[in-house]
Amino acid sequence: MVVRMAQAGTLESADCLVTVVPAEEFGLDYRGGNRKLFGERTRKLVLETLDRHGFSGVQVTIRDQGALELVIRARLETALKRATAEA
Amino acid sequence: MRTMRSMLYIPGNSPGMIQNAAVFGADMVMIDLEDAVALSEKDAARDIAAGFLRDYDFGDLPVVVRINGADTPHFEADLEAIVPLKPFAVRLPKCQSPADVTTVDARMGEIEGRFALPVGAVPIHAMLESALGIENAYAIATASSRVKALTLGGQDLTADLGIQKTRDGWEFFYARSRVVMAAKAAGIDAFDTVWTDFNDPEGLFRETRQIVELGFTGKAAIHPSQVEIIHRAFRPDAKEVRKAERIVAAALEAERQGRGVVAVDGKMVDGPIIARARHLIDLAGLYGMEGGEAR
Repeated sequence: MVVRMAQAGTLESADCLVTVVPAEEFGLDYRGGNRKLFGERTRKLVLETLDRHGFSGVQVTIRDQGALELVIRARLETALKRATAEA
Repeated sequence: MRTMRSMLYIPGNSPGMIQNAAVFGADMVMIDLEDAVALSEKDAARDIAAGFLRDYDFGDLPVVVRINGADTPHFEADLEAIVPLKPFAVRLPKCQSPADVTTVDARMGEIEGRFALPVGAVPIHAMLESALGIENAYAIATASSRVKALTLGGQDLTADLGIQKTRDGWEFFYARSRVVMAAKAAGIDAFDTVWTDFNDPEGLFRETRQIVELGFTGKAAIHPSQVEIIHRAFRPDAKEVRKAERIVAAALEAERQGRGVVAVDGKMVDGPIIARARHLIDLAGLYGMEGGEAR
């Protein structure tokens, strides 16, 4: 379970900045120049990643600077670990 | 056989650079989880490196990962994340003794076993960057069959010796010779340290010529612009290649005629010289030269 707000990534080209916040239910705010093209793909990727790691109540924000899918997934996983790690 | 003249360092937390790794033309790239990554980003760099190893198509480019040292809290997590993904090699920093290698070797074997990989599937490139590490070079090189290369870490070595790196680099002469000798004796590769001033390509070229003459397999690059210069320094001299071709041709002719003695350009040539000439021609072919000219 996500217990605190956490971030991972950067706003450099080919990267993305992912923020996760504890929430009652899932929500995704995906911003970036390719939102129309990759919005659905990213939503699927985020849901799959959350599901694989057993998360549900989390608000995810992604600011995409042209990151590959594998980069978005890695940044989301880092953010989730940071949001759940013992402080 | 493949060329391994250049090994380009890429910071582990820079997906943009990793994604372009193949474009820079290096013979090998090394994703760095150690010195190029801030302490607060160790976890993120590890996830990025693992993501790329798992899902990205690097073509036939060998990808090495430098993990954090066994004396850091990141070491275990790095091994757990990286070893199952079978990189070309794991670069192990700060090797001081054979025990440093055997400890990691056992840990890697345990992880490989758990992921149904053959034990020993992932090679180690052992980094020597202290006086003790240099003195133990051969013992480290032969501590495990996993060790496929020794690499010299010049930055840490100067700190350990309490000296400054000079442009001529003579202070590394012994360390470099020792690393090459140990690696050759163990039958593995030897990689030289980085040239840190990427605004001084002339200095990089001269230093690379030196390490080619000492017998190194390749040299690390800290900037993509260094790759071309390193490759240029590894290219055999065209005149030397043409001479080698004359020697080999004369040797073949002498063999055909049943003569034991060969003379080329007025000088007697014997077995070791012919072997060296053949080696030079092979190298020239490997570096894209034919008849002493670049293809």
